[in-house]
Amino acid sequence: MLLGRVIGRLVSSQKLDAFTGVKFLIVQPLDESMNEIREIIIACDTVQAGEGDIVFYETGREATIPLPNKMNPSDATITAIVDQVNVG
Amino acid sequence: MILGRVIGNVVSTIKNPAYIGEKTMMVLPIDPDNKPNGDLIIAVDKVQAGPGDKVIVMTEGNSARQLLETKDTPVNMVIVGIVDHVEYVK
Repeated sequence: MLLGRVIGRLVSSQKLDAFTGVKFLIVQPLDESMNEIREIIIACDTVQAGEGDIVFYETGREATIPLPNKMNPSDATITAIVDQVNVG
Repeated sequence: MILGRVIGNVVSTIKNPAYIGEKTMMVLPIDPDNKPNGDLIIAVDKVQAGPGDKVIVMTEGNSARQLLETKDTPVNMVIVGIVDHVEYVK
């Protein structure tokens, strides 16, 4: 899983049937100090995250598991909203 | 599997049911000289690691999922061991 901040949303009407009812969000990957790293990504949302939320998202084959339609081609899916980060 | 150092934990309330009861830790990939070697990852902890521990992290989905109780969990990074000692030749 990777850490990121939701910076916006994305609406698409003409999309694969597998993505029906799925919300797309724009996510900026972050490091442990909340600095921006890498390029932004588009991720499917499963936890009703909103703009400004710190989240973590799953990539790869596991990104397809939480979505309602199992045969979907998602490669990034938000699976949790972060309440607190403790850097020890 | 990769070598990493645990730098902290992540707490979340609203999450996928697969993470309930699991500890999620922030891990910084490192090389054998303890130098950072990649971007931060978040991994489910199965060995009770704590901040500062050097750990082995499984980063391949299928093997990671086999360690968890159900087969359909959206988890692809799991801490599977705490490293006591690394010996290598540069």
